[in-house]
Amino acid sequence: MLEVSSLNKVYRSGAREVEALRDLTFTVDSGELVCLVGPSGCGKTTLLRCIAGLLEPSGGKVRLDGREVSGPPPGLAMVFQEYGRSLFPWMSVRDNVELPLKQKKITRHRRATLVEQALDAVGLAGTESAYPWQLSGGMQQRVAIARAVAYEPSTLLMDEPFAAVDAQTRADLEDLVRALWQRLEVTVLFITHDIDEAVYLGQRVLMLSSSPTVVQDEITVDLPAARDQLHTRADPRFTELRTHVYEQIQAAKLQPGGANASS
Amino acid sequence: MTRGAGLLGVAGLAGLLVLVEALPRLGLVNDDYLPPTSRIAAALGDELVTGEFWRAVGDTLTGWAIGLLIAVAAGVVVGILIGAVPVLRAATASTIEFLRPIPSVALIPLAVLLYGTDLGSTLLLVVYAAFWQVLVQVLYGVADVDPIADETARSFRFGPWARVRHVLWPTALPYVFTGVRLAASVALVLAVTAELVIGAPGLGKSIAVAQTSGAVPLMYALIAVTGLLGVGINLAARMFERRSLAWHQSVRGEVPA
Repeated sequence: MLEVSSLNKVYRSGAREVEALRDLTFTVDSGELVCLVGPSGCGKTTLLRCIAGLLEPSGGKVRLDGREVSGPPPGLAMVFQEYGRSLFPWMSVRDNVELPLKQKKITRHRRATLVEQALDAVGLAGTESAYPWQLSGGMQQRVAIARAVAYEPSTLLMDEPFAAVDAQTRADLEDLVRALWQRLEVTVLFITHDIDEAVYLGQRVLMLSSSPTVVQDEITVDLPAARDQLHTRADPRFTELRTHVYEQIQAAKLQPGGANASS
Repeated sequence: MTRGAGLLGVAGLAGLLVLVEALPRLGLVNDDYLPPTSRIAAALGDELVTGEFWRAVGDTLTGWAIGLLIAVAAGVVVGILIGAVPVLRAATASTIEFLRPIPSVALIPLAVLLYGTDLGSTLLLVVYAAFWQVLVQVLYGVADVDPIADETARSFRFGPWARVRHVLWPTALPYVFTGVRLAASVALVLAVTAELVIGAPGLGKSIAVAQTSGAVPLMYALIAVTGLLGVGINLAARMFERRSLAWHQSVRGEVPA
């Protein structure tokens, strides 16, 4: 379970102070898939780096599986938007996926199994000895997902992972994330700026305000668990939900600092 | 390099050899100062069969290799240390900028004072000149580490050593190779200079001896040998670089997306 309470982040450079995150409180239950969506520049990435322990918050707490986060926590894996820079170009696909497992001191035999299973799960069996830059953008992001999955995290953080791939690849990857989440029973926090993507993927959608950021609103996506690109997106309920999210995001843009900051 | 450019290069070299043959033969220059190619080649041929010549080549290459090795090892270690610790970098930047432009040959008196005409003199000059080439490149390389790659490593809980080994070092490696290639050329220049000026054993000393004893064709032959050594060293360094950096943009070329 991921608990974020009263999280606040202020960037200081010299005498200037920029409050990126004002007061964020939310929880993600174990095994839940929650999407965070917000207007561009709303501090999504700052929030994710605080949760991942890569950035020290100015106030508030992040707890993962009951333990307070101070530095990258065990049991957490992150998928970055910039797959091309997150994968190591000097290593083959297999070595990229395997390296974090080596750092985790997993035995050679077990590593081989995990790497094979992970690459198989993302549909990349047979590309083990290729270098990431020999693959298409969508395939590279699959490698990054495989690397995260092989790590066997309890929580998976995804920072706008599909922002840089084309629309068709994106649809495939969305279905892949849902399939992996259902199969592995992992907690997923998925950040996106794409409202449709958030509604399509999530069990819940948290809407963030503009910076300084608070949680603007929250909806439960009461669509059936079995989703597919064609029928789910044509579902009238899907349209209703996305309209609601869209309205909230528009409202958030007009009211920086958040509508419920004072409530 | 394409085949056409290669052929042109060979033609250019052949032209130079013909020119050097023709100039003294046509009486345009005094052949006491510039003997024709054929006489230089003959002198080289005679020299190649002597043990003395190969000992000189060996001495030069020994000074070059040991000096280069020390410079590269020191440059890499110091570079990574300074580059990875921002405080150290800020504290040393101006000192490096002051020490780096000092020409190594300005240290010749110091070298003679410390080591006389031993190998130590050559090494001092070679190491000093080559060290900065490597250090500066390593500093650039360390600064080039992608923050996303580093955050990736941190998010997977890589320790400091693992981050140096798996992120910093591969990122810096292309820069290290450039540094080594530059250092290898500079090291040869300084090795020959030290021998020539100080009289440490090697090709440089042989050139000086040939000159003072009036063996002008031999002098030219030995100069040509130092040039050939330089070309050989550069080619070997490039080949090694291309093999080790097959993954790097500069080597792998365009990949269809």
